[in-house]
Amino acid sequence: MELISAIVEHYNYWAVIFLMVGGLYIVVAKSNMIKTLIGMALFQTSVYLLYLSPGKVLGGTPPILDKAIKTYSNPLPHVLILTAIVVGVATLAMGLALIVRINEAYGSIEEDEVIDLVDREDAAE
Amino acid sequence: MSLIQAISAAAGGAAAVPAGPALGLIEQLPGLQVALPMLGAVLAALLRPGWLAYAVMLVVALLSPVISFAILHEVLAYGPISYEMGGWEPPVGIEYRIDEANAFLLVLVSIMMAMVTIYAPRATASEIPARLHSWYYAMLLICFCGLQGMAITGDAFNIFVFMEISSLAMYALIAMGKDRRALVAAYQYLVIGTIGATFYVLGIGLAFALTGTLNLVDLAVKLDPVQDSRGALAALAFISVGIGLKLALFPLHLWLPNAYAFAPSVATALIASTATKVAVYILVRFVYSVYGVDISETMAYDTAFVLLLASIAMIAPSLVAVFQSNVKRMLAYSSVAQIGYIMVGVALLNEAGLTGGLSHLFNHAIIKGCLFLAVGCVVYSTGITKIDQMAGLGRTMPLTMGAFVVAGLGLIGVPGTAGFVSKWYLIQGAAEVGYWWLVAAIVIASLIAVFYVGRVVELAWFREARGAAASPRAPAPEMLAVTWALALAVLYFGFQTDISAGVPAQAAEVLLNGYTGGAMPVAETQGGVSLGE
Repeated sequence: MELISAIVEHYNYWAVIFLMVGGLYIVVAKSNMIKTLIGMALFQTSVYLLYLSPGKVLGGTPPILDKAIKTYSNPLPHVLILTAIVVGVATLAMGLALIVRINEAYGSIEEDEVIDLVDREDAAE
Repeated sequence: MSLIQAISAAAGGAAAVPAGPALGLIEQLPGLQVALPMLGAVLAALLRPGWLAYAVMLVVALLSPVISFAILHEVLAYGPISYEMGGWEPPVGIEYRIDEANAFLLVLVSIMMAMVTIYAPRATASEIPARLHSWYYAMLLICFCGLQGMAITGDAFNIFVFMEISSLAMYALIAMGKDRRALVAAYQYLVIGTIGATFYVLGIGLAFALTGTLNLVDLAVKLDPVQDSRGALAALAFISVGIGLKLALFPLHLWLPNAYAFAPSVATALIASTATKVAVYILVRFVYSVYGVDISETMAYDTAFVLLLASIAMIAPSLVAVFQSNVKRMLAYSSVAQIGYIMVGVALLNEAGLTGGLSHLFNHAIIKGCLFLAVGCVVYSTGITKIDQMAGLGRTMPLTMGAFVVAGLGLIGVPGTAGFVSKWYLIQGAAEVGYWWLVAAIVIASLIAVFYVGRVVELAWFREARGAAASPRAPAPEMLAVTWALALAVLYFGFQTDISAGVPAQAAEVLLNGYTGGAMPVAETQGGVSLGE
């Protein structure tokens, strides 16, 4: 019973773990480069949740400097994750741009096929 | 003066005391160190003619070593500098915190950037299409900015942001290589690098949830009482693995060889000599300064594990390097091996070892920079990247291959070169704790280096030149000058060890004390202390 309540009370962390492991699995298991990037984005998003969910105070308001406001959420995680989201978007854009170029150069976005071609070029050297 | 104030105000907000009297230039140096390359990058990207963008890069790259030497001087004379970015006091605001360890690193990174910049124009003209020159220079500057930022900042999350700034620029730089395999190398690096960075943020997140702070000094103070808790250890584990991916610690190095092999010469030289080094510094900062050496008692098995990995890293990639056909990839595998040496020094957890590790970080940057620039000269003059085709190059390009030999000797660790000094300290550190197997591993790995360096030297100097190697075009004088400047530095630091081993020894002492060691006056003036102690 204690175990169950421990799991239920920390459901936000379980969601984080599920997304994190799922994302990492996609990155490792999928050969399609777009799918790999989707997994990567999922993995990054799970970390955003790890920061954001403990920063929320139940019943708290936005952190406004006013005498009437006693309980407020911690603003710092939100600001940090705003930065992390920007970084994540940039990385994703960069990754997609590279995939476009790889598709132009190799005619495929399947990592297995592209790696085969790369290995053949290595061997021909 | 007013221009510089305006620049630093625009980039980071007026720092120090906002309403105070006229701000001195000296106090703004830490801010300028990051702001200059960032503004330079924007300017370079906006200037369409490649030579104008290059001029901007040249100005920034030549100013930066001056600034970092001034900072190093300041730190050596007056102790650690604390710079409040935007005038917000730490631990709430972002603090740039510079002590012996990162002042030394700033000098290293900015000197390598200056060298590479002087070398760049003709190498770039022969490898990159003219319409991309401005972007290329802008990327080099952004990469430089990120690396400087990582080295200078005292804020854990700020490190992540700068790490990604430099990494994104690196992905783009690698993808600009001529060979289409460069694209695949950049993509693989992007996926692995992002996972590494995300692991790092995860670790920081756990530490933040535990302590409520991101300032490294404050973090050290507040982590001290909960150091052995599961959360703190998990945070350290995530941070170590994340940074391990970035610094290519064996077996997390798989992205590195192709990335170095197919990037343009100038980018390879800059990335190989600085990027992994800065990542090593971040790891050292966390393990030593934030967590403190005493954590090693609870983690004796883990440091033994890292030592084991590092010794495999010294030997296995060296063996792989012997059998490479592409000279740049051979040097890249050798880089993985050299990271092994540095990690041995870091994981030994004694002063001689850490001095050796930091000293090797500096020496390897110079040695590998010189080797990659020499190979860049070969590519510029002949287009050759295969070792087999390099036969006879010593006769047709004696100056270039001469520098290659000197730096190669440094890589092996022949007495009288810089490589010997750092390996000597490493062996001393290993002997101090009685790890004779480690001493043996260091010696064996150095012997393997004789084979892979010797293979190129033998071919280049003792064979007849054929094909492209027989009639190279003359290498550009400034490219040769930079390569030889680094080659002479390899010899110079073999005899004159004040900088290559003296400063690392001071840095090692500071790091071993940690932020909470009591030797840091700055740490005591901050609000977090009462909570921690």
